[in-house]
Formats: sequence, structure tokens, C-alpha cells
Amino acid sequence: MVPVAASSINVTLGEVAGALALVAIAAIASRVWHAGLEEDIGIAVVRSFLQLTAIGYVITVIFDENSAVLVIALIAVMVVFGAFTARSRAQLVPGAFWPLLVSLGVAAAATLGLVLGLGIFAATPRYVVPVGGMVVGNAMTSAAVALNRLGEDVHDQARRIEATLALGATSTEAVAPLVRRSLRSGMITLVDSTKTTGLIFFPGTMVGMLLAGADPTDAVRLQLILLYVLLGAVSIAALMAITLARRNFFTPAHQLREPPPP
Amino acid sequence: MLFELEDVTYSRGGKVVLRDVRARLPVGASSLLGPSGSGKSTLLRLLNRLADPDSGRVLYEGRDVQEYDPLALRREVSLVPQLPALIEGSVHDNVAYGPRLAGRSFNARSCLELAGLDPAYEDRDASKLSVGEQQRVMLARALALEPRVLLLDEPTSALDQTARDAVEGTLRRLRARTAISLVVVTHDIAQAMRLAEYVVRIESGKVIAQGPAAELLADYVEHETGGASPSAAAPPRLNAAAEDAT
Repeated sequence: MVPVAASSINVTLGEVAGALALVAIAAIASRVWHAGLEEDIGIAVVRSFLQLTAIGYVITVIFDENSAVLVIALIAVMVVFGAFTARSRAQLVPGAFWPLLVSLGVAAAATLGLVLGLGIFAATPRYVVPVGGMVVGNAMTSAAVALNRLGEDVHDQARRIEATLALGATSTEAVAPLVRRSLRSGMITLVDSTKTTGLIFFPGTMVGMLLAGADPTDAVRLQLILLYVLLGAVSIAALMAITLARRNFFTPAHQLREPPPP
Repeated sequence: MLFELEDVTYSRGGKVVLRDVRARLPVGASSLLGPSGSGKSTLLRLLNRLADPDSGRVLYEGRDVQEYDPLALRREVSLVPQLPALIEGSVHDNVAYGPRLAGRSFNARSCLELAGLDPAYEDRDASKLSVGEQQRVMLARALALEPRVLLLDEPTSALDQTARDAVEGTLRRLRARTAISLVVVTHDIAQAMRLAEYVVRIESGKVIAQGPAAELLADYVEHETGGASPSAAAPPRLNAAAEDAT
């Protein structure tokens, strides 16, 4: 059992290793049912251990240094890696990297700027780094899902898009119905989970604060702030990514760059 | 001359689809005739700038199409694709689509009637129509823009013979009742004979012959049918528009 101190938890590596027993169940289930996920589960376990351990050391340094430049640099790195990761999920979107980079950067800057400007959090690494990580992570997922859907829809509906271009529609008009669906795809997961939060699941920040011994009222209020911030971040990211990326499917003369097959 | 193509070359995915094409399409009803994969549909898309050639020029009424605003050009030179690709909604929504974007007034019922579809179809769900009916809605929504030229890509390839004959009849009536020029892509020599006054034959991305249908396809009629009609159901009528005007 994890001992709970007044405001912190001490976890040993042995306890972390013990949690792997549950991962073994996942791997066994995958093998028995031929889901073919054993290798991916193994990679996920190793990568999560290495990445979180590394980021733990980095965060320790940043907290100790208390330097705004280091904090901004860390969030910039998250944004760049987030854009690369999201691009790999949106392979049918030409030139997806730059729209993703800009949308993640704007989402992070706008939401962090708001919460710092309103004085919700102190402008110290202990607050900005974890909140920034959550914002960039959720924004990345949202933008990737939205662009992936947009790329698939444009590919699947190329004939319909070209048929509307042939009636004098601009590229923006021709792709408008697809944009609506893609935006919805990018946002619906967080919107749905926000609707059900507290009823059928406890969000991570609240769980973490309660485990760390915080007052439940504080845990709830902080979680609400983060949920609202994240809703804003995913909206900005999905909307900007789609708005910037949709033009990449077309030439300036409103022609599909990849016309439908003959 | 309605369209002129000057040494047009077009590639797609590294493969040359059209090579040094020189062709002329006069006012009236023309056909781009060739086997599947010959590049005729691609050529059609160059006429209203759904695609631009890698080299060479496409002239519309003596002026390079690249000098036109592509949106304005497409409203004047409307393309009806090979397969129906309607937007979600009613038949009316589809017919209204182009004019609304252009801020123009339109009469949906007369467009449907001109396209050979009962105007009572106006409020029906477009996705619930048969393929033949959907193809007529595609025609009606192009007509709603009051184009000067209709580009028709294999307009009957997805239809059975009865529906094909009906659509061909509609196109001939359209020619008789309006001043709209037609450019019809087809792989069917008999259909080219029935619909077009001028034919451009394309094979493997190259123009192999062009001229008045009566001259260019006369040998085909002689050779294939011994002078008889190439289609018992719809005999070739080189001046069909005039016949249907009555």
C-alpha cells in the first residue's frame, strides 16, 4: 500500500514494478485472444518508464532552477514533439506539420496566458509545467483526430468535392461539411468526458490531489479550472489545425491537388 | 471556336496522361471519343480549370482559360461528372447549391423539367433517388447556373439502356431548346454519333483524329454495321437536335 503523507506520496521502484502485474494480464489477454498487441504493450511499458523518468529529472532541474526561459523551452519542445506525433496520425493531410505546430503553440500560449493572467496559478514552474503538459497533450490529441478525420473524408469524398468545385464553389465552401464533422470529431471525446466527469470517472488531477492529501473542495475546483482550460485548448487546436490545413488539399485556383481517380 | 487546345501535356502521379494534344471544339455539340483510360475525362477537366496542364494552353473563346477567374469560368462552363455526387439534402437543395453561392436567382422546377425530371421531385431526398434520377439532378443543378457550355463526362455510363436513351433524349432536347454547347465524353462510338456534330478521337493521351462526326465516323458505320444503324434502340442521328425540336 502506498503511504500517504500530509501533502506528498512516496513511491518506491518496487511498487512501480508491482503494478506491472496488471500489464501482464493485458499481455496475456492479448495473446489468448490473438489481438497482436503484446509487442505494443511491451514498447508502451518501456517507453513510458524511460520517458517519464527522463521528464522527471528534467522537471526536477527546472523546478530547482526556477527559470522562465527553461519552462518556455520545455513547453516549446512539447509543442514540437506534439506536432510531429499528430502529423504521423494525419498522413492523408498534405503539409500537416506547420498547421499542427501553429495550432498547438497558439492553444498552449492562449490557455496558459489566460490562467496566468487571471492569477489562477502562480507563474512558477511547479504550476506552468504540468498544466502546460496537459494542455499540449490534449490539444495534440484533438488536432490529430480532427485532421485525421478531415484527411480521410477529403480522400473518400473527392468526387463530391470536385463536383461542387465544378459548380463554382470555392475550396472553403466545397470542404465546409467535412470541416464541421472533423471539428466535431476532434472535440467530442473531451466534451463527452467533461459531461460525465464526477459521475462515471474521476479525472486525473483530482485523483492526484486527493491521493496527495488535498482538501476535496480544492481538488474539485482545481479540476474544474483544468477541465475548462482543456476545453478551450482542444477547441482552439482543432479549429486552427483544420482552418490552416484545409487549404493544403487545394491549389490557389480551387483545384483538388489529389483529384479523384478516373 | 469554343475551345482550342495548343500542345497540351498533363501528367498525374508521374504518368503522362495527355501528350502534346492539339484539338479544336466548335460551338455546338462535340464529343471526346476514346477507350477507357485514354485521357478524355482528364481533357474535359482542363476545359473549366478543374485541373491545369503542365504545359501548353487551353483557350476558351480565344482566351487562355488561366486568364479567367476559375469560379466564374466554372459557372459558365459547367461540368457534370461521370457518377452522381450530390450534396446531402433534397433535390431542391442540390439545384439551389450553385446559384446560391453565386448570389443568383433560379427556378428549380424549370431546371428539373429541362433535365427531364418531374418537378414534383423537388422536395424529395436526393439520396433516395435511383442512379438515373440522381444523374438528372446533377444535370439540373448544372443548368441552374445557366451555363453557356455543359461538359458531360460519360453521362450515361452508370445507366441501363432505357435510362441511357432517356438521358440522351434530354440532351438532344436541351440542344434544341437552348443555346448551350455540349462537350460529351464517351467511349461509345454510337453515342458520339447520336449526340455530337463534331468528334475528337483520343487514344493513349493523344488526339488521333478530329472533325465533323458525319465524316469522321462514316467509316465506322460502314465497317461495323454495313451501313445499318449502330444501335437498334437509338439509331444515329447527326442532326438529332433539329429533329427533337419539333
